[in-house]
Parts: sequence; structure tokens; C-alpha cells
Amino acid sequence: MTLLQGNTGDWEMVIGLEVHAQVISKAKLFSGAAATFGAEPNTQVSLVDAAMPGMLPVINQIAVEQAVRTGLGLNAKINLVSVFDRKNYFYPDLPPGYQISQFSQPIVGHGTIILDLDGGETREVGITRIHLEQDAGKSLHDQHPSHTFVDLNRSGVALMEIVSEPDMRSPEEAVAYLRKLRSILRYLGTCDGNMEQGSLRCDANVSVRHPGEEFGTRCEIKNVNSVRFVQQAIEYEARRQIELVENNGVVELETRLFDSSNCTTRSMRSKEESHDYRYFPDPDLLPLEIDQEFVENIRASLPELPDAKKERLMSEYGLAEEDAGLLATERATADFYEEMTKGRDPKLACNWVTGDLFGVLNKSGVGIEESPVSAAMLGGLLDLISDGTLSGRLAKDVLEAMVETGKEAAVLVKERQLKQITDTGVIEAEVDKVLEVHTDKLAEYKAGKDKLFGFFVGQVMKATGGKANPGMVNEVLKAKLGS
Amino acid sequence: MSLDKSTVVQIATLARIRVPEEELEGLASEMDKIIGWVEQLDEVNTDAVSPMASVVDVKLIWRPDEVTDGDCCERILANAPKKSQGFFAVPKVIE
Repeated sequence: MTLLQGNTGDWEMVIGLEVHAQVISKAKLFSGAAATFGAEPNTQVSLVDAAMPGMLPVINQIAVEQAVRTGLGLNAKINLVSVFDRKNYFYPDLPPGYQISQFSQPIVGHGTIILDLDGGETREVGITRIHLEQDAGKSLHDQHPSHTFVDLNRSGVALMEIVSEPDMRSPEEAVAYLRKLRSILRYLGTCDGNMEQGSLRCDANVSVRHPGEEFGTRCEIKNVNSVRFVQQAIEYEARRQIELVENNGVVELETRLFDSSNCTTRSMRSKEESHDYRYFPDPDLLPLEIDQEFVENIRASLPELPDAKKERLMSEYGLAEEDAGLLATERATADFYEEMTKGRDPKLACNWVTGDLFGVLNKSGVGIEESPVSAAMLGGLLDLISDGTLSGRLAKDVLEAMVETGKEAAVLVKERQLKQITDTGVIEAEVDKVLEVHTDKLAEYKAGKDKLFGFFVGQVMKATGGKANPGMVNEVLKAKLGS
Repeated sequence: MSLDKSTVVQIATLARIRVPEEELEGLASEMDKIIGWVEQLDEVNTDAVSPMASVVDVKLIWRPDEVTDGDCCERILANAPKKSQGFFAVPKVIE
């Protein structure tokens, strides 16, 4: 448990997260306008989204399916009857003056999510509910000195609001929650999880208490739109509340805005009085009714999810928990791994995916789906290591060349004559040459400077263009120097 | 339930309607009467009755997930008092 030290003893953080996840769909929640990101302003707006008089909302079937799918992926109760309500507030990017949301009867009820923490520890966090709602438009405040520009392309796009129980006790757990939720949503194909483009947005509810006491008053922190910001915002806010209370202040129930430029939170007073949203059932929409068959059909189509995938990677391939977890975070990574490990050494394959391949992907800034080296190609490289053609060191060079040229490992080995030298006679000759050239170092070595052993190995590798088998060089050197 | 002046002020604020002080008293009494009239419904016991969402026996209609609308920026902006580069331009609102 993470506790913060204060002047009046230890403090515990209590954290709940509200995540808005944009549903993957072609069209919006209640209109036939496109839901894709990045179009020219106001080109993906129907008269419904702009709240023109007389327009009526009609629900998109996929949005319902996606919400149910997400609920099932989080082991949650699916409500066969749910109701859409109007949440009333005024803002220029909300043309109707209300957001269609679900208040007292959401489509998904209580569920659970398992967090993977450091050291293989896990922790269960409750999901309170998931409901469907419309996104608002987008306001741009920095385009004009006296005007705010409004783009309604996002207006009416389907969102799932996923609300957690106040079950988290540290910023690290909040981060683990976000990562796991994102992973599950991506496996399910219900949200792309892209925080930069805003398809996954997070508000954090934070309060503090002395361990064992009742919950303190919470503050809702808005605008925490990266995993790193979530951690920073919670850390700052908990410290602020502790300092406030220890100096005889009182934490007020309020909405605060995270400022990423200085990692602080500040009050959004203007939100206070508008907090009375006057929810009521939307008279334009009848209750949303689904039947058990609809739910079961979706359940039958669920993919293997991260937890199950991780378990299977451990039992089927004998991988360590940490490695399996790393591979299972993204479905595409696990698929890549399973394809390339067929008929090969699973642990070697894992090391190459999580080590060198991840390095290549990071460097080129692409996901594994766009990997310049396919699973089959990386598998081919592994075969050359297994049959002794390449040392691990040479293989790294070959991988680099594969990324550059897009050629198969075997082709590159042939072209560049990269086959490693395993002929003892050749290696012995190279070792002799090195020892002859460096008589001074040899003398120092014999006088007790053991560290020079590495120097000799390096010289032999250099002389052979890195192609000598390092293990054999070691052995030959040992034999020669020992004599 | 009786409605006082401060509640009327609150409702007016939420609805963005400016109400002169001298009208508050009258509005409070009018709204109080409306609520009183609707409250007659409380006399009926509805414990075992589920809320009625519609007076006609219809189900919610669903649409398939297809893009059938949009791409009408000019129509959308046609009545905007101010627009610029395809955006609505409204008086600056900033937190």
C-alpha cells in the first residue's frame, strides 16, 4: 500500500476513474454522419447533430453492441432494459442544450477488472457502470482574439462512460487501471484507445484519508489526457488536499482542471452552479431493450482477452509471467509472437520480440502491425541462430539490415557473407595473430592484468568482422593464455 | 411542495433567462400552482406500475451503422450569425 506522510500521520489516497471511450463505429450514436477523426470542420455533421428543430435521434445498432461487448469483456451485468436521459447544460459546443446520456438505468451494471502491478502482483477493481452517451463538439479558443471557433464533427459521436469504484489507492494503480482498460477495449475492438486523438479520456476522482477512516471529500479532476498526466494529477491533488486539511482547511467538493504545463490542478468555479443537470428521460427516445439472445450472440463472438491470453502464453510456451504479460498487452503483439514461435524456441522468440523487435518499433515509431519485419521474417532469423549460422551478436546486425532493406535474413547472410566462423583452425589463427601484434598487452596480462582478456576477445572479433563465434573465441583464448 | 423566490432565481439561472426582481414573486406563485396541480398524481398508488415511456405500443427503432448523412457544412452554418473558415464563431468562452 502506498501511503503519503503528513504532519498528522500517514495518509491514504482514494481514487476512482471515469473514462470516456469513443465507440468504434462508422456513424454517430443517433445520426448517420461519419464518426471518424480529423475531417474538415463541420463536414461530418447532420442536421440532428446540429440540433436543428424537428430532428429526431435514431440509435445506431453498433453502438449498442459495442457497449454490451465492453460490458461482457469487463465481466459486468448487462441490463436488458436501459433508458436514455437528457443531461442539461449550456455550452457553445452542445447545440441542443443537453447531452443524451444514461443516468439512472445504464446499459451495463457492475463489473470487475484485474490490475497487473509491479512484481506480478494483481488487484481487483470494481466497475460501477458503463453507459452510452453523445460526445460534444469541439471548441477552439486560440484561433481568434475575440471568438471561440466551434466544430461539431465530434458532436453526437458515441461514447461509453466507464466508471470505476473508488477502489484504487495509488497513482500507480490508477495507471495500471488505465493501461488494462485500454488493453481490454482494444482486444474487444470497441475503442481504439488513442489518448492523443481523444478517443480515450480520463477524469480522476481523488480524496485522502487516514487509513481506516471514512472517505474524505473528493475532487473531480478533468482534462487528464495521458497516462503520465493521470499519475501527475493524482500526486499533486493528493498532496494539495493533505496540506489543506493539515492546515485546518476543508476540501470542497468541486471540479478541478489539470494544467499539464506546471502539473497542478485548479478550481473550475464556473462548473459549480451548473452542476444541477436536471436529468430526465429523453422523450424522443423509447427505452433501449435488448434480449438475452442478443447478449449471448455477442458473448460467443468475444476474443480471448488479455488475462486469458497471458495465462495461456505461460502454460503453452512456458513463459515467465512478466514476459507473457508484456506480449499479451496488445493482441497484435501476441498474434505476432504466436505466429513466429511456431516450431521454434518460445523463450528465444519472446526475447527477440520484447527486446530487439520492440527496440526497432520504438525507434521507427510504429506499432507492431506496421512492423518493417514480419513474423515470418523474424522467425527466419531465429532459425539461423538455432542452426549456428549466426551468433546472437551477428543476428542483431542482420536484423538491422533487414529493417533497412526489407530482405530476408538468409538472403542478407548470403549477400554479405555474414555466416559466423566456427572453424577452430581459423579462430586459432586469428587469436595467434592478435597475440603476436599485441606483445606488450600480452606481457601485461601475464603480469596479472586479467582485465585484458576482454581486450583480446574484442580484437579477435574486430579482426573477423564480428563473425567469429564469441564462445569459441573465449575458449581458444583461455587455452592459449593459460598455457 | 412550495416554491420560493430563490428557487425561481436558480431555475432562471440554469435556463439562462434573466428575470427582473419584481417578477420573481409572481412567477414563484404561478410555478407553485403548476407543481401543485401535477402533484395530484401522488394520490394514485403506482407502486406496482412501471413507468410508461410511450402512449403507443412501439419499440425503439435502430439504425444500421452506415454513413448516410453529413457533408453539408454550408447548410449547417447557413443560419450562424458568425462563421469563419468552416467553424461557428461565438463570443470567446474560456475557463
